[in-house]
Amino acid sequence: MKELFILVVVTVFTLVTYYLVEPFAHSQMHKHYESEGFAYADLPALTKKGDATRGKDLVMGAGACTGCHGIKVAGMPAPMDAVTAAASYGVNPPDLSNAGSVYDAKFLGNLIKNPAHALMVEHKFDPAKGQMHPMPQFYGAGGDMDQEVADMVAYLQSIAVKGEELTPKMTFELACGRCHAMHYEKWTQIGEKPAFKKKQDELAFDTQVLDYQDSLAKYMGTLPPDLSMYIRSRGAHYIETFVENPQNYLKGTAMPRVGVNAEAAEKVIEHLEDVGDSKRHEREEVGKNVMIYIIIFAIFALLWKKEVWKDLH
Amino acid sequence: MAHFTKATSLHDWLNQRLAVDTLRRVLATEYWIPKNINFLWAMGMVLAITFALLLVSGIFLLMYYQPNVDLAFDSVNYTIMQEVGYGWLWRHVHGVAASVVFLIIYIHMFTGIYYGSYKKGREMIWISGMLLFVAFSAEAFSGYMLPWGQMSYWAGMVITNLFAGGSLHADGLVEWIRGDYVPAQAFLNRFFMLHVLLIPLAIIGLIGLHFGALRIPHVNNQDGEEIDFEAEAAKYKAGDKRSSKVIAFVNDFMSKDMMVVGIYLIFFFYLVFFHYDFAMDPVNFDPANGLKTPTHIYPEWYFLWSYEILRPFSTNVGLIAFAFAQVIFFLLPFLDRSPNAVPASRRGLFKYWFWAMLIDMIILTAMGKVPPVEPFGTIGFYAALTFIGLWIALPFITMFEKKA
Amino acid sequence: MKNSSRRGFMGKAFGAVAGVGAVGALYAMKRSWDPLPSVKAAGFTTLDMSAYKDNELITEKWRGKPIFVLKQTKTMAEKAEANPKDIERLIKVGDSYFMVCIGLCTHLGCIPGYNSDEESFLCACHGGMYDFTGEVTKAPPPRGLDIPPFKVDGNKLVLGEEGPEYKKMKETGVTL
Repeated sequence: MKELFILVVVTVFTLVTYYLVEPFAHSQMHKHYESEGFAYADLPALTKKGDATRGKDLVMGAGACTGCHGIKVAGMPAPMDAVTAAASYGVNPPDLSNAGSVYDAKFLGNLIKNPAHALMVEHKFDPAKGQMHPMPQFYGAGGDMDQEVADMVAYLQSIAVKGEELTPKMTFELACGRCHAMHYEKWTQIGEKPAFKKKQDELAFDTQVLDYQDSLAKYMGTLPPDLSMYIRSRGAHYIETFVENPQNYLKGTAMPRVGVNAEAAEKVIEHLEDVGDSKRHEREEVGKNVMIYIIIFAIFALLWKKEVWKDLH
Repeated sequence: MAHFTKATSLHDWLNQRLAVDTLRRVLATEYWIPKNINFLWAMGMVLAITFALLLVSGIFLLMYYQPNVDLAFDSVNYTIMQEVGYGWLWRHVHGVAASVVFLIIYIHMFTGIYYGSYKKGREMIWISGMLLFVAFSAEAFSGYMLPWGQMSYWAGMVITNLFAGGSLHADGLVEWIRGDYVPAQAFLNRFFMLHVLLIPLAIIGLIGLHFGALRIPHVNNQDGEEIDFEAEAAKYKAGDKRSSKVIAFVNDFMSKDMMVVGIYLIFFFYLVFFHYDFAMDPVNFDPANGLKTPTHIYPEWYFLWSYEILRPFSTNVGLIAFAFAQVIFFLLPFLDRSPNAVPASRRGLFKYWFWAMLIDMIILTAMGKVPPVEPFGTIGFYAALTFIGLWIALPFITMFEKKA
Repeated sequence: MKNSSRRGFMGKAFGAVAGVGAVGALYAMKRSWDPLPSVKAAGFTTLDMSAYKDNELITEKWRGKPIFVLKQTKTMAEKAEANPKDIERLIKVGDSYFMVCIGLCTHLGCIPGYNSDEESFLCACHGGMYDFTGEVTKAPPPRGLDIPPFKVDGNKLVLGEEGPEYKKMKETGVTL
């Protein structure tokens, strides 16, 4: 079968070319990191079992969390609005209502003890040079510090919504949305942009966003990018491994380690897909049907050819 | 004025005015194709189908695309990809077809080179085909600008800079092409015009010329055999289809074309739905930013070989080598001095020339994409020298070729 | 016979007239591709040179192009003085030396990145390198980073205007 042999030759050359310009070239261009499964192996584990009741007293009292953070589920509003907070701290401190289910427990514990270390931004915040992280370290409330940290983490976990109740959108907003806008779903760093009746109100809102972004850009060195199309421009694997350890890919970046747990990471990815690749289910569904159709098309074409060429050979 | 009679049917009515029967005979049922061919002869039809897919998908993209630097990116990635019903389908079809069309063009070209289908009266087929290649390249490049992503912007920047001509430093020409100091609104708008009007018009005209050029010399066959088309056609019409060396374009050739098209479309739609990243570079899903170059800038895969001929040399030499690579394929019918129009396998040294050229171009393609570090820089340099050397050697090795 | 040769002449004359029209139309088309006056006119950027910090690369924008401004440290200025090719590329404003360059690689227009520890630029596209004055140190770039037309105005630098220092640079071939 000479024709089959020709087909093999054409296919081999095509595949070799494909291999060289796609998998091979990309392996040479980009470093590849495997996910560590959001284990945060470099951080020491929480050794004590936390108690949520004691934790509540610490969070509201000696821990001084509510000096900067709101906890809406516990009836504590944020002490400042987002724009003012960003002017003071560089970025709006998150509401802690759902921190317990979005962030990894071990990460939260380490964050309370030493934020710059847990967030992997020590190159930016060196106390020796007078560069203090806006979130102060917790030096203990007089008792066993490890116990106190575990208590606070236990409290945050106890108040957070879990499982299905924590939607992908909520997860994204807490984990990413205070630095990153996503204009394909009208998300700004200070919240979703509402529909305004009056142009003045809309301009006032936009001004607030711009003020917030100015503070943020000063704090981060540059305005963090809009994430609307990141699921297509970076892909799920890159995003997952990047938020686990941004320094791997971008040495010296101001982007902190996010500290989400594996489940929250999945939800963030799902939300990015909902915004940047919302037709993916339709694409797969239609794709399957078109493939079935086109195979039938090819079979009929083959049968027609056989019929016509019966007389020619 | 010709004499018209009352029509007996719609067919007759049309026949009196448009001679549809004659047209059908001349263009289809009595347009003779050699029987001794393989599936590579269907690549022309595969290209026609792919061009049709590009045209149809392009029409629907045009309905929502906004050629404005502030709106273009979102009109593609939000409006078309996520709001317009099946807009994502048109875009995936358009993007994948734009890439795959070059794969088929290259297969079509190398088929022509292998079987010597550019000689003995078929020179105009080759030249019109090369003009189509250039037109498709311009179409692909201008289309790549339109989503106004990072790769659009930086490819536009780098490629238009080539027109400065290195040491000639013709910045005025570059700014004239762009309509601005950098790619901006004027640039996007004029490339939009080129992509949706001027170049497609040229392509359609050139396709007509390419088909027309086939008419007199006829399609080549697998053995380069000279066929007496009139005698063979007479045999066919007399009913001796089996021993005739020709077949009719419709249905004989068409049915085989459609079989190949069917198999090709399985491959094509698999790419459209499940494997599109190679044709829709992820980097281009970042909006254009004139103050931030992407880490790696590379053209789409089908331009890589000529890009790599530019890259390993200093600017001026590189530009000359690049210009050489752009025009040299046009001259193939004249650089090949051998009168043998037979497959490369029966042509002495040319056989090795063919495979060396193919492999060298694949190496250039690969080296054009990887970062310019060692050993890739050196490999690319020697592959570029080999490319030039092979073309210089071509007239000599074919001059002494024995009559096959 | 006479008639037909006359037709031949008139045919050629008609062709020539048509040709003149075609050339005129081509000229109009060429002009339509020219950059607009508004594009050409927008193009003066004033930089306050007292705001820059030593050895910290700042990217400004001029005519849509990135402009690198790098204030030289004392040691950098001394190193540059030892090398005539370097020092003549620098712009003196007040007591300080500045590198002010168009931040596009002279090879094919990518934006080189600055490494402040090594005091050098690397273009990631094709591996070209420049030193801290923008002079090329590694091919393929054919020359150092281009210097935009500038005029020193006290503590300020106006980009887009040609001052005497810039004209001198052009004459001596420091920049194109």
